[in-house]
Amino acid sequence: MMRKIVLPGTEVGDAKSKLPGKGVFKEGDKIYASRLGILSEKGKYINVIPLSGVYDPNVGDNVIGVIQEVFKNAWIVDINAPYPAFLNLENVPWRVEYGETSKYLKVGDVIISTIAAIDEAKNIDISMKCKACRKIEDGIIIEIQPSKVPRIIGKNGSMLATLKKYTQCWIFVGQNGRIWIKGEDEKVNLLIKAIRKIEKEAHTFGLTQRIIKMLGG
Amino acid sequence: MLIKDGIRMDGRKPDELRPIKIEAGVLYRADGSCYLEWGGNKIMAAVYGPREALPRHIQDPTKAIVNARYNMASFSVEERKRPGPDRRSTEISKVTSEALESVIFTELFPRTTIDVCIEVLDAEAGTRCAGITAAAVALADAGIPMRDLPVACAAGKIDGTVVLDLSSEEDKEGEADLPVAIAPRNEEILLLQMDGHLTYKEFEEALDLAIKGCKEVAKLQRKALLNKYKTFEVE
Repeated sequence: MMRKIVLPGTEVGDAKSKLPGKGVFKEGDKIYASRLGILSEKGKYINVIPLSGVYDPNVGDNVIGVIQEVFKNAWIVDINAPYPAFLNLENVPWRVEYGETSKYLKVGDVIISTIAAIDEAKNIDISMKCKACRKIEDGIIIEIQPSKVPRIIGKNGSMLATLKKYTQCWIFVGQNGRIWIKGEDEKVNLLIKAIRKIEKEAHTFGLTQRIIKMLGG
Repeated sequence: MLIKDGIRMDGRKPDELRPIKIEAGVLYRADGSCYLEWGGNKIMAAVYGPREALPRHIQDPTKAIVNARYNMASFSVEERKRPGPDRRSTEISKVTSEALESVIFTELFPRTTIDVCIEVLDAEAGTRCAGITAAAVALADAGIPMRDLPVACAAGKIDGTVVLDLSSEEDKEGEADLPVAIAPRNEEILLLQMDGHLTYKEFEEALDLAIKGCKEVAKLQRKALLNKYKTFEVE
């Protein structure tokens, strides 16, 4: 299979037989790519999978956020998106009294949360009422380009399983490009190197094999 | 004497461009970046965003703000330039912002800004065209959705001949300079300025020549972007 890289304005298909999906737009009878990425066709839809760009939040994504501001009834969380996210005190797993928000989460605290709702004006509500959601107390957080997240996870989590198997570290990948790692110092260093390699070579073939080799498999 | 027997001072033909070198993704901290050399011009462009527009009163609830900043380094010209924005760079920033804004899908990112920094490290005529060309590559590298990859090129008139891509001497001594930015797919004009005098016929000739030049530069832009993702050696 040949992967074709397209650029903004590249013609990618005919609007009569195909439908525009993500990362493309229709003009006249033709479909054009709107961003730099890899061309993919799924059924009738033509999509462009981006190779770069900021995190585009979607409902249901698990993200790692940093508390930016504390209000009496809510927190403002930085989730690495163009917009700050709101975490209402009703959306946390603890019973929080009005005005006692800072007892639970302070500025700079790191949390795993899920995106609950996004409205038209791109106001984002997040919630901590999910299985994986928690306050992160230990380990380290690293940031990668959000467009490379699918590659870190791999097909059906294959890459993530590989990383876990060879380093014995605890890894949690947020859809927003933040990764939580916990483990022995040496292994963590190796893992970070591996993740940086995946990030750099995300668009190439045979990456899993090279990573296994690198991790000493 | 700027042109003799159809050969210009630097040995170019009237419809020939100066040598161009484009490299995408050169800065680590920026979301997208580009380094461009066009004749004696050396330009670095960086794109940040879309990111939250602050202070909040500048936010537009319907679309993103495109904020280009053209800046000339004090050492970019022969006589030291006083650093900081001046009348000229403020104008270029404005026209560049507007040229880029017309190709970007700004409505996809309400309440944000897309910041484009264009730093001229070395200047030799035609910096605004080179700046837009570099900014376009940086925008594509940053993954910003666009209708097309904008591109710019200048034409002008020296010694009564319409020529493409003026050099420093030609710009100073020539009769006219016509920078043009287009969206190459449908030849939509994004920027058109003129300095000097041209007859109507000469203007049309110069515009056609500039568009032809733009399309040539557009090929180099695309090549530079594809290069970033293609040239990777497997050890």
